[in-house]
Amino acid sequence: MFGLFKKFKDGFAKTFSAIGEKTRGLFGGRTIDAASLGELEEALYTADFGVATTEEILREIKVAHQKDATLAGQQAAAIGAAVLQRVLAGSERVIKPAPQAPTVIVLLGVNGSGKTTTTAKLAWKLKQEGKTVVVAACDTFRAAAVEQLKTWAQRLDLEIVASHTGADSAAVAFDALQAAKSRGRDYLIVDTAGRLHNKSNLMEELAKIKRVLAKVDPAAPHESWLVVDGSLGSNSIEQAKAFHKTFGLTGLVITKLDGTSRGGAIVGIWRELKLPIYFVGLGEQKEDLQPYSVENYARAVFGLEK
Amino acid sequence: MSPQARKRSCLAPKNEPTLTTHMFESLTEKLGSALRNLRGVGKLTEENMADALKEVRTALLAADVHFKVARDFVERVQVACVGQEVLKSVTPGQQVVKIINDELVRLLGEGQTALSPARPLKILMVGLHGSGKTTSTAKLGKLLKKRGYKPFVVACDIYRPAAIDQLEILAKQEELGFYADRQSQDVTAIGAAALAAADAAGTDCMIFDTAGRLQIDADLIEEVKKLRARIQPDEVLLVADGALGQEAVNVAKAFHDALQLTGLILTKLDGDARGGAALSIKSITGVPIKFVGTGEKTGDFDTFYPDRLASRILGMGDVVSLVERAQENIDQKEAERMAEKMRKADFNLEDFLAQMQQIKKMGSMQSIVGMMPGMSGVQLPDDSEKQMARTEAIIYSMTLKERRKPDLLNGSRRQRIANGAGVKIVEVNQLLKQFQQMQKMMKMLKGGGAKKMMRQMEAMKGKGGFPGF
Repeated sequence: MFGLFKKFKDGFAKTFSAIGEKTRGLFGGRTIDAASLGELEEALYTADFGVATTEEILREIKVAHQKDATLAGQQAAAIGAAVLQRVLAGSERVIKPAPQAPTVIVLLGVNGSGKTTTTAKLAWKLKQEGKTVVVAACDTFRAAAVEQLKTWAQRLDLEIVASHTGADSAAVAFDALQAAKSRGRDYLIVDTAGRLHNKSNLMEELAKIKRVLAKVDPAAPHESWLVVDGSLGSNSIEQAKAFHKTFGLTGLVITKLDGTSRGGAIVGIWRELKLPIYFVGLGEQKEDLQPYSVENYARAVFGLEK
Repeated sequence: MSPQARKRSCLAPKNEPTLTTHMFESLTEKLGSALRNLRGVGKLTEENMADALKEVRTALLAADVHFKVARDFVERVQVACVGQEVLKSVTPGQQVVKIINDELVRLLGEGQTALSPARPLKILMVGLHGSGKTTSTAKLGKLLKKRGYKPFVVACDIYRPAAIDQLEILAKQEELGFYADRQSQDVTAIGAAALAAADAAGTDCMIFDTAGRLQIDADLIEEVKKLRARIQPDEVLLVADGALGQEAVNVAKAFHDALQLTGLILTKLDGDARGGAALSIKSITGVPIKFVGTGEKTGDFDTFYPDRLASRILGMGDVVSLVERAQENIDQKEAERMAEKMRKADFNLEDFLAQMQQIKKMGSMQSIVGMMPGMSGVQLPDDSEKQMARTEAIIYSMTLKERRKPDLLNGSRRQRIANGAGVKIVEVNQLLKQFQQMQKMMKMLKGGGAKKMMRQMEAMKGKGGFPGF
């Protein structure tokens, strides 16, 4: 368990130090006062936690401070982490294989959120665990998206089903699932084209992919994950809502958390939709996809050691 | 659906207005209620404005404006407001919104938004992963080509698999010059070789697409700094996702410190993000916003208008642009004639057709709806434009006499019209039925039965309303 936290924290290290910079004085041994509460408010807002969560955390710290005027920063941080853990309780989930292989995972999201990279990283991760995986290049829209996934497949020695740019993405998904099924593979990961959530014609195209997959296996797709860019703000909540409505999401993957953003918008998504988080993306390399843990996330955000 | 069929003209809806839309509408409303007691108070003071300013701050934070920027902005607005006489002609809420809007427009619009006049013009594109650099490179190339340049794009993203292929495909598609070296791992060398190649090709404009990088990745920042030093660009443009959160500030600041940015390209504004990040970036770095990306096609790229973004951040819709477009395109006399006809309830299918064409001249239905206050996130049904075209076809298949006197339309005439328009007879019937309802409403209006009409309209809403409306 400690090893896992270390890995998470290392990936999160930059994030960690960035919030730490602002909050070190605050979350150190120093006693909390009005000025540091102001700083705390700023730190929480700038983590994209949104108004509700920020106020909840502040309220609890203030109450504790009223009871004990000598409340130190470290204790305040622990309270903050506890509130965050409480708010996010139940949001972590590990992937469960479908009773009948292949388990089909579809990755969805707006343009540039990191779907193709996540597809590759996820496939590699499953492969490391001894599973057999097929990836489907269903982003047939963006120029060279198919080539991008093909390059990954070559690098990581993954089985890929792909057509060409301009092909029907649902047809590729269909072929890929049939191939994965007949070859007896454990997983099929379907990469899709990025689309902004407010364009319903493009959202309908996704519904078609879903229908077609269900033709091969009525239980497919087993997982439909929204890939969310962790550096975005409140709009990710709108994204999640729209994709959830059209496609019926089963979870999230949060990417780009190796930057300085703290991905606080996931708190907003969780509050609104209760969609669990499976993985976090912490870099561009194949091994940079880590399981998400509420405790690790909350403690890393507040700069606490395990 | 094949990707080529990805149309963006007719979009979507079904979505009832999103949360953001509601937020949009409520800022003006909230300000209105926070300031209601100010009516007839004489002057705006710190005290009587406190609640309203709190609403402003919350609205800015909800639009992803950075915490500090929001705070400073509210202070500025306060300074601008305090001491002002409360006008009699508008509500205090509107007055404050105007002050906020003006301040936002001023802030967003400061600085040089035009590109450097240098020739050859060298542009370096930088930014985080997935912000849209490659797409924006092609879009900017296309725009500059239209302005008479001979653009040449250079692939300097040696990390993301197939990034070079992506740029090459787009360059080919837009007929832009293209340079890449797939063997090289040295970005500075690629830049230098591209300079020579572009020179030989006689180009007067080069755009360097670079890899996405985190602002805290020291190695990659060093790499792009070296490239900058070697190619000496006239413009260094940061490409930023319009939906960025609070981190936008740190990102922009770090890129600016390392590379002395000259401008910002805000992407994915065809989404429904409020775009508060742009205000944060502008306020903290002072770097002017030069372009906005508004869609997936290479033509979906615009110069930046501060007033539009201000309205978007505040959620007021692009009223100014809507008014302008309406003025440009609607024939004033025709509009008056139509209003008169409506008043007299003497409105036939010919008038209806004319009115539809007026609306069409203003642009796509979606773009018009997008400019309306509180509607910027709303999407029309995919088929609303198609519906309009069908309605048009049906009316076109009628004789002039029939258009003027729809009562003439018996079964066989309807069948003929359906055949002519290539639709089913049910659709013709539906149109006529809805037209009758519309006429009835006008008669009610004429008779002063406004309340009755509202009820009628509610009932119609349930039935899907008039095609195309």
